Amino acid sequence: MPTANKEQIEERMTEALVSFGAEKEQIKRDATWESLDVDSLDLVELAQILEEEYGVKMKEEDMKDLKTVGDAVDFVADRAES
Amino acid sequence: MTGASRGIGEAIARALAEEGWPVGVNYRKDAEGAGRVVEGIESDGGSALAIQADVSDPGAADELFPPLEERFGPVLVLVNNAGVRADGLAPQLEDDAWDRVLDTNLTAPFRLTRRALRGMMRARFGRIVNIASIVGQRANPGQANYAASKAGLIAFTSTVAAEVARRSVTVNAVAPGLVETELTEDIGDEMLQAIPARRAGTPEEIAACVRFLVSEEASYVNGTTLTVDGGMTA
Repeated sequence: MPTANKEQIEERMTEALVSFGAEKEQIKRDATWESLDVDSLDLVELAQILEEEYGVKMKEEDMKDLKTVGDAVDFVADRAES
Repeated sequence: MTGASRGIGEAIARALAEEGWPVGVNYRKDAEGAGRVVEGIESDGGSALAIQADVSDPGAADELFPPLEERFGPVLVLVNNAGVRADGLAPQLEDDAWDRVLDTNLTAPFRLTRRALRGMMRARFGRIVNIASIVGQRANPGQANYAASKAGLIAFTSTVAAEVARRSVTVNAVAPGLVETELTEDIGDEMLQAIPARRAGTPEEIAACVRFLVSEEASYVNGTTLTVDGGMTA
């Protein structure tokens, strides 16, 4: 399984979120999906990207608990390393 | 392109190849037919690859997509055409006949659509066309299973279209009436009297509609079912 540090994951996530239309300056660890105008379809696509690149499967119930960019970064980092 | 070795599927495969799409010609049993379709496409200057898979198998997407992606790149068009019939009046319909029809005609398009959408969403382009039937919209005694599968496919089509439209992916259905294929050859002449056009449609007439729905020009057509039945349900 590929390993990655949190910075790399956040960088990749930022790239994806920008492609969904989020403002790059607003993408911070504590930014919520709502504040970034990231919707459910965007989250599905984000989960696919993270799964493909870091081998971390994010199920729908996992996604519900991840409210911010930081939550998602930590989730992926924890599982990518284990 | 599922179920592409003969009939409507063959006509659609050829039509899409004429539009310049490389075509994955899926077949379940008819390797010879699929080979013939691939040969025909290639001799006309197109690209095609025959792939065996029973779409009702839960793992079919994993058999179909990787070889196509490797050879042609991301799958940007999916035509769910493979279909089966197992007719019988509902009071006598066996579970197996119900399951077989629903698995192939409805569950398989769901699984393949789910897999195809991954690439389509990322590509910000995609075309999914589900081949339904007018039987999904109006009663045809003896086909409760087939009708349920096609009605389900129509509802599935519109719902998924609404989910992914903002990624420039369209999901539409074509609902043929009576079409001259092996699947319909046992249907009697009296049915023709119920068709204003007084004839069955041809696979090419169905393929022409799919060709349109897949085209760039159809980019704002989404979630709809195009009925192609010679006026039968008009």
